[in-house]
Amino acid sequence: MGNVLVVAEHQHGKFPKTTLVAFEAGKQLAKLAGGKCIAAVLGQGVDALAAAAAEYGVDVVAVDGAPFAHYLADAHTAALAELVKQKGVDTVIATATALGKDLTPRLAARLGAGMASDITGIVDASTFKRLMWAGNVIATVKLESTPRVVSVRGTAFDAAKKEGKGAVEKASVAPGANDTRMQFVEFAETKSDRPVLTEASIVCSGGRGLKNGENFTIYLDPLCDVLGAAMGASRAAVDAGFVPNDLQVGQTGKVVAPQLYIAVGISGAIQHLAGMKDSKVIVAINKDEEAPIFQISDYGLVADLFKAVPELTEEIKKLKHA
Amino acid sequence: MKILVTVKRVPDPETVIKIAPDGAGIVTDNVKWVINPFDEIAIEEALRIKEKVSGTEVVLVSIGLKTSQEQLRTGLAMGADRAILVVSDAALEPLAVARVLQKIADTEKPDLIVMGKQAIDDDSNCAGQMLAELLGWPQATFASKVELGGDQKSAKVTREVDGGLETDAVPLPAVVTADLRLNEPRYASLPGIMKARKKEMKEIPVAELGVDVAPTVKIVKLETPPKRTGGRKVGSVQELVQMLHNEAKVI
Ligand SMILES: Cc1cc2nc3c(=O)[nH]c(=O)nc-3n(C[C@H](O)[C@H](O)[C@H](O)COP(=O)(O)OP(=O)(O)OC[C@H]3O[C@@H](n4cnc5c(N)ncnc54)[C@H](O)[C@@H]3O)c2cc1C
Ligand SMILES: Nc1ncnc2c1ncn2[C@@H]1O[C@H](COP(=O)(O)O)[C@@H](O)[C@H]1O
Repeated sequence: MGNVLVVAEHQHGKFPKTTLVAFEAGKQLAKLAGGKCIAAVLGQGVDALAAAAAEYGVDVVAVDGAPFAHYLADAHTAALAELVKQKGVDTVIATATALGKDLTPRLAARLGAGMASDITGIVDASTFKRLMWAGNVIATVKLESTPRVVSVRGTAFDAAKKEGKGAVEKASVAPGANDTRMQFVEFAETKSDRPVLTEASIVCSGGRGLKNGENFTIYLDPLCDVLGAAMGASRAAVDAGFVPNDLQVGQTGKVVAPQLYIAVGISGAIQHLAGMKDSKVIVAINKDEEAPIFQISDYGLVADLFKAVPELTEEIKKLKHA
Repeated sequence: MKILVTVKRVPDPETVIKIAPDGAGIVTDNVKWVINPFDEIAIEEALRIKEKVSGTEVVLVSIGLKTSQEQLRTGLAMGADRAILVVSDAALEPLAVARVLQKIADTEKPDLIVMGKQAIDDDSNCAGQMLAELLGWPQATFASKVELGGDQKSAKVTREVDGGLETDAVPLPAVVTADLRLNEPRYASLPGIMKARKKEMKEIPVAELGVDVAPTVKIVKLETPPKRTGGRKVGSVQELVQMLHNEAKVI
């Protein structure tokens, strides 16, 4: 008992940083609860991944098979619920990625478990912090059931470090017919050579001020390139079709907390701030000196972005070559 | 076909949120209440299906204070056919909401349930997934496109996920949760508002449903996050770069 089960989400045969954050949270929680931290690796052909997970000092249970070849909420829920029973698990943790957000509530319902989504802190084994009202309120919530389910915000903890070696075992769980009714059809991946938005140490985001998608290419791309930055966007820019959906930063998009966040032509609506205000350094470039983004930015530049951004790109280039 | 759409009454997204002196909730004086924006999108999607598939009935469900009538009335004015208000004085957590909705679905037997992906007050993003599980139905969350099969027995749903757009196929009945790009909700028209006054709105006290709505999550306290101090301006691009390099040391 007191065991913690971490959902080890993987992409392209690797664990993204967000998964390592769940490992870290899981290890901290297992320590508090006096139990073990067990990573659940689900997929098809996951031997190498299971071995890789064990290097973070967690025990690993691998569930291998065709129903898990693509993540689908029903089959994953069935398998994880089974593992919760088999392993004496008190708390299940996943990162609040798209997958984690899709999966954890379904699992909580199956277990009849109390759930806290997108937690930003652990107070004790059953008490967590999470944000509500677009980041305007921090709630401390206690889950009064066992088991419990939480999803953890990808920026709230450091990534787990490699240490020790956990035991790896295989579990055979086969979801029944009612748990294999969802079907994967296709994944249209946004192709990009840039760092992943939720992992990058620098993020440059564009808003409606850029006026169209072409300007993202002309103005923001070179700035991202010279900084090795990931690109983000406001909802307005995404809604207008300037950039793909998964670049949206904010309350209802991705949450980022890089070393440096540069907001270009973004007004700073509360819903946008909810996704970036924990960045270490925030720069805002906006032609309206009254724009709310300036209230929270460390360095504000009141300027026309179409002039300032190319200049900025050049200056940084000069600096890098100096 | 029959489509159930969930509607939550929430403060307008522009509201300046303050914690109430008793620390148990937020200050609600002078708050403008609206339909949760994602639920507006859910209603719109159901109405678009109704326009395509003749004989479709769109039923709205809200759980909350009696005042949620206002939001249901707005949904009826947009074009939904009837509404059910499950009256609860206590705010229910997503699991309890899902249990109540399960009960409603058991009697209404819809072919499709469309919900918002997230309520913008609790920001949980849970109720839809929980309801799907309780009903034993497939789920398609964060939908940006819903295509019904010709026989209305299945749906192909494009979903906003990390790194791109995923399409999943689900047999109906199923639960779909709406993301921002699914559609642009219509406004209620004047004739729509007139007609809505005569549409059925059934009220059911939550206790009558015999559902376990006891909380599993206790709110211990609410706090205001520390304010980020900013506001410093720089005079030029050169100055900005120097600051980032020498002072902040981030480039
Ligand atoms: C339910 C809900 C969820 C939401 N979720 C999110 C979310 O997750 N993320 C998010 O970002 N938003 C979200 N929003 C939307 C949010 O409220 C704002 O509408 C949005 O963030 C505005 O985007 P923007 O700053 O790009 O556009 P605007 O507010 O239009 O700002 C554009 C800015 O560009 C500046 N500008 C224009 N031209 C130039 C120029 N040439 N040079 C310099 N500056 C210029 C203007 O001064 C202005 O400040 C949500 C809203 C709702 C209701
Ligand atoms: N009290 C409620 N009444 C009606 N629908 C609700 C209620 N609470 C949540 N929902 C629905 O569930 C969705 C997700 O809510 P949540 O899990 O609270 O973020 C919302 O967009 C609504 O469609």
